[in-house]
Amino acid sequence: MNLFEFCYGIIHWLVDLINHLWYWLGDVLPWWFGDFFDAVGNFAASQGHMAVMTIFLEVVIVVVIALINVLNFIWIFRKFMGRMFDFYGPYYVGYRIGGWLQNLADGIKLFVKEIIVPAKADKMGYLLAPIIYIGSSILILATIPFSENFGVATNESGSYVPAGALFALAAFAIAPFSILLAGWASNNKYTLIGGMRSAAQMMSYEIPLLMTVASVFLLAGSYGFVDIVDAQHDIWFAFPLFIGFLIFLVCLAAEVEIIPFDLPEAEAELVEGWTTEYGGMRFGLFYFTTTIRSYAGGALATALFLGGWHGPALIPDEIWFLIKAYIVYTIFQWMTWSLPRVRVDQMLGIGWKRLLPLAVINLMIAVALKSMGWF
Amino acid sequence: MWINMGPQHPMTHGLWNLRVKVDGETIVDAQPEVGYLHRGIEKLCEGKTYPQIIPLADRLCYGSSLTWSHLYCMAVEDLMNVEVPERAEYIRVLTIEMQRIVSHLMWLAAYAGDLGLGVGFVYTMREREVFLDLFQALTGARITYNFPRIGGVAHDLPPNFERDTLRAISYFEGRLKEYEDLFEGSKIFMMRNVGVGILKKEDAINMGVTGPTLRASGVSYDLRKDRPYSVYEEMNFNVVTHKDCDCYARYRVRMDEMWESCQIMKQALKKMPKGKVRIVSPRNAPVGTGLARVEDPRGEGMMYIVGDGTDKPYRVKIRSPIFVTVSAAPKILIGYKVADVVAIMGGLDMCIGETDR
Repeated sequence: MNLFEFCYGIIHWLVDLINHLWYWLGDVLPWWFGDFFDAVGNFAASQGHMAVMTIFLEVVIVVVIALINVLNFIWIFRKFMGRMFDFYGPYYVGYRIGGWLQNLADGIKLFVKEIIVPAKADKMGYLLAPIIYIGSSILILATIPFSENFGVATNESGSYVPAGALFALAAFAIAPFSILLAGWASNNKYTLIGGMRSAAQMMSYEIPLLMTVASVFLLAGSYGFVDIVDAQHDIWFAFPLFIGFLIFLVCLAAEVEIIPFDLPEAEAELVEGWTTEYGGMRFGLFYFTTTIRSYAGGALATALFLGGWHGPALIPDEIWFLIKAYIVYTIFQWMTWSLPRVRVDQMLGIGWKRLLPLAVINLMIAVALKSMGWF
Repeated sequence: MWINMGPQHPMTHGLWNLRVKVDGETIVDAQPEVGYLHRGIEKLCEGKTYPQIIPLADRLCYGSSLTWSHLYCMAVEDLMNVEVPERAEYIRVLTIEMQRIVSHLMWLAAYAGDLGLGVGFVYTMREREVFLDLFQALTGARITYNFPRIGGVAHDLPPNFERDTLRAISYFEGRLKEYEDLFEGSKIFMMRNVGVGILKKEDAINMGVTGPTLRASGVSYDLRKDRPYSVYEEMNFNVVTHKDCDCYARYRVRMDEMWESCQIMKQALKKMPKGKVRIVSPRNAPVGTGLARVEDPRGEGMMYIVGDGTDKPYRVKIRSPIFVTVSAAPKILIGYKVADVVAIMGGLDMCIGETDR
């Protein structure tokens, strides 16, 4: 049974239940309501409506599970950083589960803080930027399946959104807009420079990123996650496309703004970059969304290069997928804390002069492999 | 566009303001503004008796407080013509060099933090802790020690101090190599430092810059060698210089200075004679002047004291190395990127306590 069938069953049961009440209501009311009640009830029971509701339910389930994992990621981030920094990390709140509840405690703390909008800020943009940022990032999560049977599917046979990987990358690329908006609307010099840097960075690293992903699409012959993962049944794409994998990781680090490339929020020179003027839960949203993007990055790397949910059969597929994503994230954290940050011109230099030619070479390797008929 | 970096900014490490004018990300002009932390220490000294000023002199610099109280004591001894017992001089040299390591470690930690190197910040602070523990055993305090006295030091070394210090040094020498791997092994660190913030030899001399910044510009000038005070004449050490004039040279000079300090500490422990550590100094100073110059971890510190025959100084003048160095900042900054401000100003090792006094 896949997630679609499961959700369809639930929706079917719910629609039946509600329709019972609905038709009963139509019966007891005067007769001229009857047609209207019948029409609504029939619409609710129709195939198209049920399919749409099923997909909604699927999206909610997949996203909520992904967000729980994001909470885990924040916990890992703190624990791992603590261990690298010679301290314990959070352990007091939720003592028996290793301080896991610290995230929730921080969330509550941020929720109850006062919302301050700077007097000279562009209010519309200031309030809209976090919404776009978190909305576009959650959009990525909905497209990434955890396994063949656990993802947002559109019919019983479990076929997923066509071009799901392409959609995920497109959603990934919305963020620079909201960052630029946040930086501009805050009406602050630090946020403005941070926003500009972020836009420059994300645009210049998007190109090598998409070119390496294009090599994966080429080998797999599909834009969908399931086909890409199935194509890696024999060998992970990280091995034939080793250069591409490294480029992908570097570009991903730049896309999710972790330390070698965290210039947009460079703490030392720009205070907190484009998030300087945001406080309370708005800052919390930014913080949370950054981790969402890290999770999405880890999941993308897993699905595109590390064989997705394939692994020895002892552990369920979904767990394999998450283990790999967690490992990618932990490597990111390791990189974050043991490297200094680069300068803005060096960052652009790395992107355009190093990564882009390497990405082209990688694409040529992929073409060669494909034309030799090995994939 | 003018950007205010300070008075409250992560880059400043203290309370001062650097206004930079940027064209895009390139700096075209810079104006340092100091004075936010002015506490009137020179004036406060005029209302206190000579021994009361020692803890006040400690407060001049939170990074290396012992150097300043030692400098003050030296100036008063010059004024009063007091001879310090030899053992006390050796203890002073030992503690000053320890203070130099602590100060340079704090600089390294702040520098790593500025460049975004997380573990660099924590690991250097961890090794600083080893020496702070030694200071705690010796003086009972960790930041402001109040240890030197006019005519000696407060008390003798505690039991096992020599053994603990030698252990700490051998531990630390291993760690220094580890830092070199951590910092210089990282290509990004080298990208951020090599060729950034060049201060030419002539400019450095003309601006009056002293200390590691001057030595990183290739000038071999160290008061410990050139005008030896205390018992530095009997110590065998090298003056570290570097010819690159950039941020990497400043980093390298400080790293090597920590190594040299370890050697000086070992020699001081070895050569330390037995005897008294303190003599009773007179209460009133004669009419006259006292002057002392020392090699602070940040440059040349100087104190000039005028005595008027009472138990309080008539005037105390403090020469702060960073007050001079910070005025050279615009010369170094112009032409580099905004992100280089943290590397350059971090590399100068700012300490605002002594700058504003």
